[in-house]
Amino acid sequence: MAHILLRHRDIENIKKLDVYRQHGGYEALKKALTMTPAEVTNVVKASGLRGRGGAGFPTGLKWTFIPKGAQEVYVTINSDESEMGTFKDRELLEYNPHQVIEGALICAYAVGAKRIYNYMRGEFMDAGYAFEEAVQECYAAGLLGENILGSDFSCDMAPYYGAGAYICGEETALLNSLMGELGQPWSKPPFPAIEGLYHKPTVVNNTETLANVPAIISNGADWYKSMGTEKSTGPKIVCLSGHVNKPGNYEVIMGLTYRELIYDEQYGGGIPGGKKFKAMLPSGGSGPVVKEDALDAPITYEGLDKFGSVMGSASVVIMDETTDMVWMAMKCVHFFKHESCGKCTPCREGTYWMDQLLHKIYHGHGTAEDLRVLKSVAGQIGGRTLCALGDFAINPVLSTIRHFPEEYEAKVKGNSPLNGNR
Amino acid sequence: MTFTEKYAAEIEGIIARFPHKKSAVLPLMHLAQHYYGYMSDDAMREVAAILDLDPTHILSLAGFYTLYYEEPVGKYVLEICNDLACALRGADQFVEMACNKLEVGVDETTADGLFTIKTVMCLAACDRAPMLQCNLKFEEHLDEAKFDALLARLREQAAAETIETSVVEKITAYAKSGNQVSVIGNR
Amino acid sequence: MSDLITLTIDGTAVSVPKGTLVVDAAKKIGNDIPVFCYHPKLEPVGMCRMCLVEIGLPVRDRATGELVLNADGTPQVNFGRTLQTGCTIVVSEGMVVRTNTQPVDEARESVIEFLLSSHPLDCPICDKGGECPLQNLTMAHGAGTTQMDYSLKLKMDKHVPLGELIYLDRERCIQCARCIRFQEEIVDDPVIRFHNRGRSLEIVTLSDPGFDSYWSGNTTDICPVGALTTSDFRFGARPWELIPVASISVHSPAGANLTFSTRREAKSGGRSVIKRVLPRQNENVNEIWIHDRDRFVHQFADAPDRLQKPLIRKNGQLVEAGWEEAIELVAHKLNGLGEKAAGLSGDRLSNEDLFLFQKFLRQGVKTPHLDLGNRTIMGGDVTAKVGISSGSNLGELGQGDAIVVVASDLHEEEPIWWLRVKQAAQRGATLVILSARPTRLDKFASHTIYYRPGEAVATTRQLLNAAKIAVETAEPDPIKTAADALINAQNLVAFYGAEGLTLAETDTIARLLGNLLLVKGEQPHAGRKNNGLIAVWPHNNTQGAWDMGIHPAFGPGYKALDIPGKDAAAIYAGVQSGEISALYVAGTDPIGDGLLADRGKLDFLVVQELFLTETAKLADVVLPAQSWAERDGTFTSGERRVQRYYPAIPPVGESREDWRILAQIGEKLGLGKTPFAASLVFKEVATAVPAYKGMDYRSLARVEEQWPIIGRSDLYYGGTAYDNKHGLGQQWAAAAEAAAVESFDTADTPTNQPDGIRLIRAAALFTPGTLINHAEVLAERLAKPTLWVNEADASHLQVADGYVVNVAVNGRAVPAIVQMNGKLLKGTAVLRGVPYFPGVVQLEVIGNR
Repeated sequence: MAHILLRHRDIENIKKLDVYRQHGGYEALKKALTMTPAEVTNVVKASGLRGRGGAGFPTGLKWTFIPKGAQEVYVTINSDESEMGTFKDRELLEYNPHQVIEGALICAYAVGAKRIYNYMRGEFMDAGYAFEEAVQECYAAGLLGENILGSDFSCDMAPYYGAGAYICGEETALLNSLMGELGQPWSKPPFPAIEGLYHKPTVVNNTETLANVPAIISNGADWYKSMGTEKSTGPKIVCLSGHVNKPGNYEVIMGLTYRELIYDEQYGGGIPGGKKFKAMLPSGGSGPVVKEDALDAPITYEGLDKFGSVMGSASVVIMDETTDMVWMAMKCVHFFKHESCGKCTPCREGTYWMDQLLHKIYHGHGTAEDLRVLKSVAGQIGGRTLCALGDFAINPVLSTIRHFPEEYEAKVKGNSPLNGNR
Repeated sequence: MTFTEKYAAEIEGIIARFPHKKSAVLPLMHLAQHYYGYMSDDAMREVAAILDLDPTHILSLAGFYTLYYEEPVGKYVLEICNDLACALRGADQFVEMACNKLEVGVDETTADGLFTIKTVMCLAACDRAPMLQCNLKFEEHLDEAKFDALLARLREQAAAETIETSVVEKITAYAKSGNQVSVIGNR
Repeated sequence: MSDLITLTIDGTAVSVPKGTLVVDAAKKIGNDIPVFCYHPKLEPVGMCRMCLVEIGLPVRDRATGELVLNADGTPQVNFGRTLQTGCTIVVSEGMVVRTNTQPVDEARESVIEFLLSSHPLDCPICDKGGECPLQNLTMAHGAGTTQMDYSLKLKMDKHVPLGELIYLDRERCIQCARCIRFQEEIVDDPVIRFHNRGRSLEIVTLSDPGFDSYWSGNTTDICPVGALTTSDFRFGARPWELIPVASISVHSPAGANLTFSTRREAKSGGRSVIKRVLPRQNENVNEIWIHDRDRFVHQFADAPDRLQKPLIRKNGQLVEAGWEEAIELVAHKLNGLGEKAAGLSGDRLSNEDLFLFQKFLRQGVKTPHLDLGNRTIMGGDVTAKVGISSGSNLGELGQGDAIVVVASDLHEEEPIWWLRVKQAAQRGATLVILSARPTRLDKFASHTIYYRPGEAVATTRQLLNAAKIAVETAEPDPIKTAADALINAQNLVAFYGAEGLTLAETDTIARLLGNLLLVKGEQPHAGRKNNGLIAVWPHNNTQGAWDMGIHPAFGPGYKALDIPGKDAAAIYAGVQSGEISALYVAGTDPIGDGLLADRGKLDFLVVQELFLTETAKLADVVLPAQSWAERDGTFTSGERRVQRYYPAIPPVGESREDWRILAQIGEKLGLGKTPFAASLVFKEVATAVPAYKGMDYRSLARVEEQWPIIGRSDLYYGGTAYDNKHGLGQQWAAAAEAAAVESFDTADTPTNQPDGIRLIRAAALFTPGTLINHAEVLAERLAKPTLWVNEADASHLQVADGYVVNVAVNGRAVPAIVQMNGKLLKGTAVLRGVPYFPGVVQLEVIGNR
């Protein structure tokens, strides 16, 4: 089946404007410009498209939050792809940039924005040339700037690079960063749709989310809804990594099972060395770990509900039977401790203490009391932080303790057979 | 020459991309660091002066964002990802190997001033682990042999004083005012 | 009323204005939701998570919008899944807040535990211990124990100077960002910021000098822990040993309310000394902020070189003497001299001192010749008529209002007014600035008009004339646009200063601005609340000096004298010519100020002072006076607010209050018995000055509850001394409040517009002077003599950055360091950090290197 998002895998050089246009590129924008902004939003709403950054908020609905008649509106593409195990947006930006630009332009038209910023993480500069190149091509071709495609619609776009901060993937932290401030989130309300970039109404959409938009406008909401499940429509890029034979990005129609993803030859192709599956992080470091019983769940927003986890950005990290789950939790917590912006107390202090305790336990110096405190600290963070990072940070801890209590007990008793990833 | 002088056109182009010039601070810091090698006192004060900010603002950002170096670093900064996904594919062992080879610890620079090794969080290349970024350029699917080849290439380059256009410079070229189509001018 | 929102907090219904935050609503009913990062003067950020509470909203039927009711008829309330920050959530109708439930208690306990798990617990040696919000909230909400392994705790630097005034203890910092936010939001000096992130977050500065802000001390007040301390107070005393004493700024015309913290000290021989100075809340004056001069200058009061005893010149030497002898001598020498005698006073003295000073001279010595020794700005008679009206509060100006500032750099001359004007502009008030050069206020101004030095009067006149013309001129001209914005404002406040002006020019500008306020005849911008003129007086009690009749032409209460006496200039001339044979100087230093070369042909010179000034050194009798910290009295601010200060430390040596010295000498000259107390002198003032009628020390001490509430159990401000228990003062009514006033006569003023580069003198907050030079902690910050010139002018003068030059000013050579200033207009130069000189002079640089 032809890709909808990773079209560069089917069409060589689609990152060039002429190639993209030969294959229907910017026809969706042309079509959108013949519709009213409200009609465009309604199609996106009807398609059931939800945020691909992880939160899954309905995209069309988000667009409707922009106050009608607002004079200065911004669209910001969230390309600060920093979740551990996530590498889908980078591929889109590098190989299929025009589809992202077209989606963003349609969004800008729908919400009345005249400026789009693409906030890419600073580490993406190497991948960013292609995107920069695409923006330049668009200006030259009248697809950006004044009176786009001869219409009344004018819109500018500028690429932007962060400088190394996971937290900037959080929309308010991203906007603060884009305003030249520390990348710390602010307490919502105000929501960006009301007070965002430069305190003006702003839509922040994930790169992959926007890449879905042109196809939705071209083919209609019904076409899009025909793919996937009722609550999870359309395609999703899944980032598969860890202990699999063929790690990489796979565009799947939502509803595929995790088992198929891991073992099917056209996807992961199984676990190296024929080792047994042990655990999976379905949403990078920020979602709870699941065991083999979850493998037959569908890859959908709701698919892992009953297993206490989430699809999130679909960054699927596979771990085989040799993997030390305490080590895994420690790696994840170290990440969150490193990335905590420090703004709110529970996350700043809590990630520090979880990191300390996990190191102690992992290195065999921990006690049963340390394990109890670890759980307690996680509980003290949960639901009390300013942004979601705090809740993310406790997921790998609480879920490994829940699913693999024996591994922790072995560590504190000093008889663990496992030692990291060896 | 100060970096303000050398990159006058680029700086102007970057500032023109935003309705409020404070937004230009991260891009200008990238450029200043490229020029000075790290966020030196001069670099911070120059960026501050360009944007009418107190230098404290620059210092603050330099400390928050990991891509800015507050201490001098080697000519080539090898930033190896050893986050979970990469570690599952041998990144920790790769770091160990690299450190042994260059006879430095993490966050240290080789005596010849060529290489600094850093370990970093996920770089969005988990499917190509072990991997690193060398002065922000992705080097993927690494093993010891490929690492050796990379070092050899870099050493050769350094000896020949071939100056490869850096990632930062390439990106910045797009912002140069009057270059190609200017993006978001002061309309 | 539709603007009131009713919500329920722990079962108690409360109605608060729309837009109120949950924490503030709770505080109104005495429910102190604990906070660390929240501060009512700062934008809420919800960082510390201490104020987490349960917040429920009434459920409404989607279709009808009607409230959904429970079976018992009460509205159904939907509580969120998680706790919410009471400091960021705005109240809404029917909201239900729970602050006393188990989840809330647990959350508070948890935040306290987290904060303490990184905190050093060095309370026994911490300056904040005893008045520390973290300590207090730990007692109230903490568990008293911790689960954390303290061997794993972070260790950080504990003595980090952020400049020489403020020290940071990184371990104690709880990352609430109050200091950072204050510096950015309130005073626009973002010179401290967070560095790093996560648990490594720490405060840093890279300004030069470190923490370069006139407001730095305020961060130590609002710091909810002992992380930020002032270098003069740190490790100096425990809060519970300190006795708070109310006072008023001895420097600044806005009349900032202060609190001294005093303590008896062994090293001072058991004397009470001032350990620190804090702001005292007065929302109409300085809110809860003071600038660093007011905070640190107090050190002069206890300086070792204070005069201790009267001095009498014997055989050419000043020798110590007893008071009896000194008073006898002065009375004897002045008795019957009449017009041969003259008096000069300073404008830092209290109303009581000044009132008795003029009474002593006019009625005791019987001379009409008296004036301020160093008058720099006129217009007290104008502000008496159209000055800012009583009941005004600059804090109320905003959208629809306007402020004009002429010839004054408020940031340097009175930072409190700078702050209040800046905030009014940020609230939407139109700000118009007329200045010879850019100042810190410009960035908040809607209209900035620069004139060349010497053209201030002409420019102000243009503004007034433009305001009088109803029709728009063909060419939109910036002055006309500005004038229209001013004149059409609901409320208008006009400030004027003396930068680059002669005394006569300041008088004209006062009158021109007076007329501007009167342009709208039917609804003048005078006589109404939040309207009127403010003179940017050079000192704390220049206004009082006008009110008390320290003026050759006015008696107390602006009573015009039939035959005016000599003004200061004429007195100085008389000293040289011999026309004046005896001079009485109180609290001013004409020789040190360069206004008088020597004692001329004086037969007798009396100086009443704190220090042996240049003038005192040449005196026949030197009388040691008490500083304001040693006694009580009143000052009248530039907004005409009469305010009391109180004795904080015992008198130095045998020094006496200025008013008492004058009364005691006066007694010998037949003026009646010396009053028993300053309050009795003030009674006499209130009789003699009509505008002060009805005021007494009790009425001036009156307080009422202010918002935000401070000093309750949660100690928003980290201390108890800011609570104002000792008086908010009283503003006296300008004439325009009672009846319409006539417009002012504004005759042309001669002005000096020299050729070449025009040089003016600019004020600096830390300009060296007798008092500030005694404040050791400010030594590094004193303004260095600096010559600002534009690049083009610099190259013409063949000088560059860092050159040391001598600048010729009125026949004197003033050394200064050249600093290029690209913002200056070509042809304008500014001399800063040097003693006052009036008007404009042609820049002449003598020698440079």
